[in-house]
Amino acid sequence: MFSKKTRTLFIVPYLLWIFLFVILPILLILWYSFTDSNNHFTLANFALFFKNGTFLKMMLNSFWYALIITVVTLLISYPAAYFLTKVKNSQIWLLLIILPTWINLLLKAYAFIGIFSNGGLFNQFLHLFGIGPVNFLFTDFAFIFVASYIEIPFMILPIYSAIKEINPNLIQASEDLGASHWQTFKYVLWPLSRPGVESGIQAIFIPSLSLFMLTRLIGGNKVITLGTAIEEYFMTTMNWNMGSTIGVILIALMVIVMLVTGKTRKRKKVNL
Amino acid sequence: MKKKHFFAKIYLTFVLIMLYVPIFYLIYFSFSSGKNMNKFEHFTLAHYQTLFLDNRLLTIFLETILLAILSSLVATIIGTFGAIAISNLNKKGHKNTLLAFNNVLMVSPDVIIGASFLIFFTALGMGLNFGSVLLSHIAFSIPIVVLMVLPRLKDLDLALIDAARDLGANNFQVFTNVIIPAIMPGVFAGMFMALTYSLDDFAVTFFVTGNGFSTLSVEIYSRARQGIDLEINALSTVMFLFVLILVLIYYLMTTKKGKRGKRMLGGVVK
Repeated sequence: MFSKKTRTLFIVPYLLWIFLFVILPILLILWYSFTDSNNHFTLANFALFFKNGTFLKMMLNSFWYALIITVVTLLISYPAAYFLTKVKNSQIWLLLIILPTWINLLLKAYAFIGIFSNGGLFNQFLHLFGIGPVNFLFTDFAFIFVASYIEIPFMILPIYSAIKEINPNLIQASEDLGASHWQTFKYVLWPLSRPGVESGIQAIFIPSLSLFMLTRLIGGNKVITLGTAIEEYFMTTMNWNMGSTIGVILIALMVIVMLVTGKTRKRKKVNL
Repeated sequence: MKKKHFFAKIYLTFVLIMLYVPIFYLIYFSFSSGKNMNKFEHFTLAHYQTLFLDNRLLTIFLETILLAILSSLVATIIGTFGAIAISNLNKKGHKNTLLAFNNVLMVSPDVIIGASFLIFFTALGMGLNFGSVLLSHIAFSIPIVVLMVLPRLKDLDLALIDAARDLGANNFQVFTNVIIPAIMPGVFAGMFMALTYSLDDFAVTFFVTGNGFSTLSVEIYSRARQGIDLEINALSTVMFLFVLILVLIYYLMTTKKGKRGKRMLGGVVK
């Protein structure tokens, strides 16, 4: 499209950005994870992480929480996304679902401090059934609830666009051929909407590992995830080397998750 | 069939109620004279009065908006140029490498971005202030701009550029009169996304900000950690209205341009 000179002009700031803010930070965090506070090379941080039971337990815990959050979000979002493709005025419904994502996450978390408090909305609701005040704030339940609440729109959107792409004739054909609702779902709808589900899972699972503000505000320091630990090491104990080590492990986990979800996508293409 | 739609509506309404209850809960209690969010005492505007007299919070509010506008502008310029450069690359391998680097910040968890930027700024000997926050916001907004602009460049008819050149246009004219108008919807969508990324960010800012500078998210976090303060409720009403206006402007501007289907829907994946 352009001469070489103009092309260079266009690409230089972009390449500079890639070098300064993508490559360099990754190298720096790797460097910190393999050194001690005197800048000497060491594997002690990693040794500490894998030998110390609390770190491993924390890692499994955050994985477990992220998994529960993803599953809960998926269970609520899939029917919602499906119904969105069925109703009239789906654009307006969609806009209404997207709108809350533009409200600051901290404000939504703050709202739940009120809702989950002893005299709050949630307990008032339970009181109607004669269940009386339960302390929800600062529990695992509260953390999972709020995290799922925040992620639901991000799961609905990709699934909605995947289901919308499906040719409605396929569903009709399946029903005409005598498949039950469950069979239609299992053999037609679900496989064809898989790409949307996968990108939804990618968009939720990884961020769920690092929601440290929710663990602080809603989980009340009882829920410790990898993200919380990184924040703690960087901002409170100021042990950046250990913090970087946990960060590098989080990056490694993230790459594994992406490879797993990416692989299934490739396999699918062959199947179709 | 009709019954099915009815059920669909019920379910969606239920999801919407769930999504909106916390927001309206906050707004409702911003008018209560009480001290907590349990019981509505009397109607009062006192919390709004405190809010509008709270100079610290108002300064932070304005600075947050300034930060969002500045960072999204710079990110849009660099990202658009980057997208044009990427689509100009001849080798497919180079293209894919650049796109892979582009996506690193899109998929990284916020804490990792924040922590690595903190190390980066400290290694450079930069102070942690408005500058470091601005640079970080520009940095994490660039990839989304690139991703929004690239599809537009793919759709761009190369014959148009050849035609412009045949008619005697120079590089600059081709750029301003052919390419920019063609990719404008993508640039606009990218800028809007960058704006919302910046306004919504908490984790990255939390890491790279020092004592002197704070954004709304960081301020809300530190106040919320101290417990319930109905001034924050009043603030959330103001922010809700602000978001409504912003979204309305965006929708009016994009629907006027037509091509409803191509519009990017979606909030901030953070």
